[in-house]
Amino acid sequence: MASAPTVPAPQATETDAPADPDRPDSATALGLRTARETLESVVVRFAGDSGDGMQLTGTQFAQSAALGGHGLSTFPDYPAEIRAPAGTPFGVSAFQVHFGASEVMTPGDISDVLVAMNPAALKANLERLRPGGLAIVDTGSFTKRALDKAGYAHNPLDDQTIDGFRILGLDITKQTIEAVKPHGLGNKDALRCKNMWTLGLTLWMFGRDRQPVIDWLTTKFAAKAPLAEANVAALNAGHAYGETAELGGGLRRYSVLPAEADPGEYRTVTGNQALSWGLVAAAKLAGLDPFVGSYPITPASPILHTLSGMKQFGVITFQAEDEIAAICAALGASYAGQLGITSSSGPGIALKTEALGLAIATELPLVVVNCQRGGPSTGLPTKTEQSDLYQAIYGRNGDAPLPVIAASGPADCFHTAIEATRIAIETMTPVIVLTDGFMANAAEPWRLPDLTGLEPITPPKRGGDAGPFERDPETQARAWVTPGTPDRMHRIGGIEKDFDTGHISYDAANHQRMTRLRADKVARVARRLPAQRVEQGSDAGGVAVVGWGSTYGALAQAVRQARREGIEAAHIHLRHLNPFPTNLGALLSGYDQILVAEMNNGQLASVLRDRYRIDLASLTKVSGQPLTICEVQAAIARLDAGQSLDQPDQEIA
Amino acid sequence: MDQFAPPPPPAPAPELLDRPQPKARPKADPAVPGLAPKDFASDQEVRWCPGCGDYAILKGIQKTLAELGARPESTVFVSGIGCSSRFPYYMNTYGFHTIHGRAPAVATGIKLANPFLDVWVVTGDGDGLSIGGNHLLHALRRNVDLNILLFNNAIYGLTKGQASPTTALGTRTPSTPEGSVDRPINPCAFALGSGARFVARTTDTAQKTLPGLLKRAHAHHGGSFVEIFQNCVVYNDGAFADLTAKAAAPEHQLYAVHGQPLIWGKDRRRGLKLNPNTLKLDIVAVGGGDGVDETEIMVHNETNPILAQMLATLSGPAAPVVMGVLYCDDTAPPYEEALLRQVHDAEADESGPSADLAALNGFLRQGRTWTVS
Repeated sequence: MASAPTVPAPQATETDAPADPDRPDSATALGLRTARETLESVVVRFAGDSGDGMQLTGTQFAQSAALGGHGLSTFPDYPAEIRAPAGTPFGVSAFQVHFGASEVMTPGDISDVLVAMNPAALKANLERLRPGGLAIVDTGSFTKRALDKAGYAHNPLDDQTIDGFRILGLDITKQTIEAVKPHGLGNKDALRCKNMWTLGLTLWMFGRDRQPVIDWLTTKFAAKAPLAEANVAALNAGHAYGETAELGGGLRRYSVLPAEADPGEYRTVTGNQALSWGLVAAAKLAGLDPFVGSYPITPASPILHTLSGMKQFGVITFQAEDEIAAICAALGASYAGQLGITSSSGPGIALKTEALGLAIATELPLVVVNCQRGGPSTGLPTKTEQSDLYQAIYGRNGDAPLPVIAASGPADCFHTAIEATRIAIETMTPVIVLTDGFMANAAEPWRLPDLTGLEPITPPKRGGDAGPFERDPETQARAWVTPGTPDRMHRIGGIEKDFDTGHISYDAANHQRMTRLRADKVARVARRLPAQRVEQGSDAGGVAVVGWGSTYGALAQAVRQARREGIEAAHIHLRHLNPFPTNLGALLSGYDQILVAEMNNGQLASVLRDRYRIDLASLTKVSGQPLTICEVQAAIARLDAGQSLDQPDQEIA
Repeated sequence: MDQFAPPPPPAPAPELLDRPQPKARPKADPAVPGLAPKDFASDQEVRWCPGCGDYAILKGIQKTLAELGARPESTVFVSGIGCSSRFPYYMNTYGFHTIHGRAPAVATGIKLANPFLDVWVVTGDGDGLSIGGNHLLHALRRNVDLNILLFNNAIYGLTKGQASPTTALGTRTPSTPEGSVDRPINPCAFALGSGARFVARTTDTAQKTLPGLLKRAHAHHGGSFVEIFQNCVVYNDGAFADLTAKAAAPEHQLYAVHGQPLIWGKDRRRGLKLNPNTLKLDIVAVGGGDGVDETEIMVHNETNPILAQMLATLSGPAAPVVMGVLYCDDTAPPYEEALLRQVHDAEADESGPSADLAALNGFLRQGRTWTVS
């Protein structure tokens, strides 16, 4: 195991009582994975009303866990409405944190601990609590009215609803009001501190430091000292409650193993952050300024927000009047010589389709980010899905190929952004980057790279002696001659152009040639890609689990566990979805069985079948929730046992 | 051309005196004298229908650029789709023939990425007011420093003659065989309503005055909008004949000139008088025995947005179509200046222009980090 992190060391071992199998509140009885007195990892799910501040609570808890040197994966799960009707199950906002040793790669299939701030939160999340798991419930919120709104005829704390779970009922409402009383807040503001009380208690349970939260509160409410003080008081009171209540039984502390991590400087990062920073780094690597044309859309908006706060790096952000203007302005910026970027989600990408064709026809670099969400149409705006793969690869009029590249997790978004930019500039083509709502909002620790050590991006010839339609013999990219260059005035557009002169051409043979050229340009990208590697397992025989995007963690863990159980399984995760790496076909043909697992109705599976004429099994999920380890593991086991995958949703008439 | 002399410039607002040099970019060289209109013509064969009004406009713009001393390499023409949008192919400048309706958006990106370029947008009534109406609206309300020329022929020409957003009510076309029933839009009123700060109107045949008007549009610091009535000889021939025919023109056109009374007619015997009771412009006879004194006639003030709106929408059987600069307000900074000033200020606060990768390294390490050794 690597040395412990320098700040702060896990601090609570001295008070940890050994697990006692006879005591109902022991870690084993909770269903938590244990290793001696400590836990390898824990999944905590915070759930409350949309306005209860659960996203903040979860984020701060995750930050504390990260600072404690834990591996970490988070899953914000919130409704599409900003303030859905209070107290209803569909207005519940949840934030799941999985932290512990280094094998933490997913936010966890189900939670070990559920914090429920009201009856609706309990109702909406109890099915995601491990049997025997612990639910911390604010009994102060379990009023008749709240129970009615949640759809409970009786108080679930008094009936069989909670059988099989451990319930810790605390009047958090009352405790919080008491704690903040000295700070003179009105009732509404006082109740808003409930989340901090809860955070204090959970930080205590897992021996995490309060100081980073106190620092954060002090900064956040710098202009409103009473609010800062009240929130800190609530946080401390929750923490103190744990210490005091332990004497009376019921509450316990747990020690969670830190991660084994490579030496270096770390921070937590969400996918949207990492992607934004990667785009700026990529532009700098190419010696350009990024121009971001974007239009607000869930879950991609944080990219626009993050980049809007980076003007000191020469970033120009343009909030356009619509998705079409966003991509058109970005394309205009690329034409004028900067790095054009546009970010959106599926419905917005649909609107950008015609302009994508223009970018292909005019051969200008452009980075297009699709932070996918549930579809079709408006679909499930705040839920995750991978169902825009067909759209990315095929979704344009005419023969209009472009490279498609997918990130596999929050931190990976950084390097994916750089790679996409490199392809876009070096090949003079639009590139689609696929992320999704899950990795966009999820956070994980990220070992910070030294940007000065990254390989520069070299744009094709600009100005000088290059004619605008001269091509690089290797990449077939045309020269990037920008307005302002003397004696190279030329016209470009969406009408087919002559291969040699660039003038409008309706010539039949020329159109055939240009269509082939556009396909060839994209195909040639594959030559510069690294060979497809195998993440785990051997490169032939057994079951190959093939995935792409944010399912990485679930697939990796499922394969790991299958292998532990003696199943010959391998994990292959695709970053390059168009073109595929040149060795992919040969690699896949070496396995006995192939399982393609993805959060859509089988899109990668059909692209692979079409490309390589291979037989494969398809595991699909489109529930708006991430793929779980168990689901993948079960599918591997079935294939290994010679059974076919039973996917009832495929059979619905 | 005196009638196009601009009004005395208003005192510049203090913040305009020290305009930021937006970014450290190569500055365009000063104007090159000695280029003739033909130097702005590309080597491409012009493929509009014989007799199309676009030929005259093309000639007028090439003449304007020569008179301006424009540099071809610093000039960009951006267009959408339609007959008018073929325009960039015939100019020996940089040109981008984009997609239907989106030219203002592409042009905005070009101007923001390199504010030293002189960016012209050529659009039509279908391209700019139907499929691209939203982009035109937003480019104008933002006041991006683009010169937007809308060729209005009141028909879809390239798709063979369907009714457009400016087609007169009742016009029979292949898509409206019983006559169109949708009410036409007034492009200048649309531009004013969108917040445009320079709005002018002219015709394809006004070769004498076109360059002067375009030079005013070009000189305007911010977005400018020029509606050019243009005759489609094939699908809507004579749509503006009443207005443009030699004999009819003086009776049906009023050239508005800043500081001059709003008078028209061959004998300059008719004028517009403000009626304080109806808040409308009445058409009155001027001078002679029965006419009002010229001093009672409304004087054009192109900085008055209310007057501009009245002139743009003037209608009725006896009412003239008002040409010239209807509105010009030079007091607001263009969009790209305001936006790039924020970038410039942020860069200055940080590490100077174009903060490098080392600075980005530092940025990523701000906030809570931890070290594993």
